[in-house]
Amino acid sequence: MFGYFIRRVSLLIPTFLGITIVAFGFVRILPGDPVLLMAGERGLTPERYEKLLNEFGYNRPIWEQYFDYLWKLLHGDMGYSLVTKQPVFSEFFTLFPATVELAICAILLAILLGLPAGIISASKRGSFSDQAIMGTALVGYSMPIFWWGLLLIIVFSGWLGWTPVSGRISLMYYFEQNTGFMLIDSLISNQQGAFGSAVKHLILPTVVLATIPLAVIARQTRSAMLEILGEDYVRTARAKGLSVWRVIYIHALRNAMIPVVTVIGLSVGTLLAGAILTETIFSWPGIGKWMVDSISRRDYPVVQGGLLLIAAIVMVVNLLVDMTYGIINPRIRYE
Amino acid sequence: MLTPIQNHTEIQPESQNVRMQLLREFWFYFSENRGAVIGLWVFLFLVIVAIAAPLVAPHSPVEQYRDAFLKPPAWDAEGSWQFLLGTDAVGRDILSRLIYGARFSLFIGFFVVTMAVISGVTLGLIAGFFRGAVDVVIMRIMDVVLAFPSLLLALVMVAILGPGLLNAMIAIAIVLQPHFVRLTRASVMNEASRDYVTSARVAGASPFYLMRHTILPNCLGPVIVQGTLSFSSAILDAAALGFLGLGAQAPTPEWGTMLAEAREFILRAWWVVTLPGLMILITVLAINLMGDGLRDALDPKLKRS
Repeated sequence: MFGYFIRRVSLLIPTFLGITIVAFGFVRILPGDPVLLMAGERGLTPERYEKLLNEFGYNRPIWEQYFDYLWKLLHGDMGYSLVTKQPVFSEFFTLFPATVELAICAILLAILLGLPAGIISASKRGSFSDQAIMGTALVGYSMPIFWWGLLLIIVFSGWLGWTPVSGRISLMYYFEQNTGFMLIDSLISNQQGAFGSAVKHLILPTVVLATIPLAVIARQTRSAMLEILGEDYVRTARAKGLSVWRVIYIHALRNAMIPVVTVIGLSVGTLLAGAILTETIFSWPGIGKWMVDSISRRDYPVVQGGLLLIAAIVMVVNLLVDMTYGIINPRIRYE
Repeated sequence: MLTPIQNHTEIQPESQNVRMQLLREFWFYFSENRGAVIGLWVFLFLVIVAIAAPLVAPHSPVEQYRDAFLKPPAWDAEGSWQFLLGTDAVGRDILSRLIYGARFSLFIGFFVVTMAVISGVTLGLIAGFFRGAVDVVIMRIMDVVLAFPSLLLALVMVAILGPGLLNAMIAIAIVLQPHFVRLTRASVMNEASRDYVTSARVAGASPFYLMRHTILPNCLGPVIVQGTLSFSSAILDAAALGFLGLGAQAPTPEWGTMLAEAREFILRAWWVVTLPGLMILITVLAINLMGDGLRDALDPKLKRS
């Protein structure tokens, strides 16, 4: 297992270097002088310009700049936001828990609904419920989630008034952010109603973000189950008189899990991309909204750092998913 | 089968027949999927509407009627038959904008998929055929592109290139392309060791001829399926970029851009928000339905015997 792990990690190194080149190259491909670009509309005195040029090192050879960038990266230095003047690295990790909280709730919802939906569909293949579930799943899969979010706001916040429109918690509550996860923080704050408010704020964004992964998981579970249900050992189990449900849960489901785990792992990228739209619609203060805001404010160090960190996280999660297969299916380790 | 050796001209009608039969078989499996057929009809309808937009649209998509701001659809008590689906905040007819919007979305899908397929299939062919260092370089670059969430990478690329529809399309094509590279490479590697390729090589076919005439036609099935799926994700991503203000710019009647403009009226005028999104959903759904049917008809693994 350890050897497998080392092999997988060593495969990631060239990809990671590629990611750093993309993030590093990003600011340098931008048309125009990067220093003037970062200074914005206000303009610069020649002395200040000279100072900034030296500070960023744009007057040195490009490979020297790149190694300098890598060296700083290794020390967790990703530069400072032009707007807030905070280090990009620490800003990212202040906002990251909000995105993680949303993403975890969304993926849990997607798994809890998607798995049973796929299993029911597969076990009643061709029935009305199969067609209804798969039809709904295809609509979910085709959904423009930014529109879906607006629609839910119209119905549940506008017409029914059940849920708030934006943010993570009502402004009435204030407490220390110990963990960064609003659900946990509001629970331990012991304030009346704080937890309820956090939950209410979380419902709509979770539904919106979960929609596409939910549809994908349901479709994938169905097709994986159908493939397994046609295998000889499943037929044998049925033939020796085991009940349908026992065969499905004990014999088929475990083997159908491998492609489903893949899909769940691949959803992490989808979730982070979806978070960009979901967080923008619901003003959710996570990294998705942070990236969009930074792009429109031309806060390039933030865009650069965020890009790198998000790609690195996706990469690590995919590695973890690969390791999970190694555990579920030992044969993969030796390929 | 032992058929007498025929000369080249006599083989022609035979292969034509085979092609017809393949096409008929394809249609048989495709039309078995009811959803796919419905998707095809909806898609054809949208294509016709898009082409005939100047003829079917009741108004110009950019003309502002100053006496009709935020008019509700015709069936509403305050609506009028002049504006069937109402008007937006500056008095433009929504139905006309939606009809012209079909042009943009279908063109975006077509353009992006064409670009991604041409570059992706070419790179995939090269990587799978030559292997070695070329393969390693191409595939590592594709791995890097795939490491980023697609919308994020498109967003950042548009930030570099500057907002606008063309730049958004280029960015989306670059993001979608690795899928075609991987797919083509995998099927090329699968096909390259087959006997018919070896015999063509022995017969003296050049590498280019082998790639273009011998291997490529046999790898196209999965590429077509992936192309259909990419068509719908291109439309979705372009609409998302438009919604974030980085795709098509303001007066353009692109559906995502229309949604972005309508956002502030979301609780006052439901029609300006719901209708453009509904069009995106219907278009994407129709294409995905077709894609499912295509996959069933072209994927031999799932084909029922």
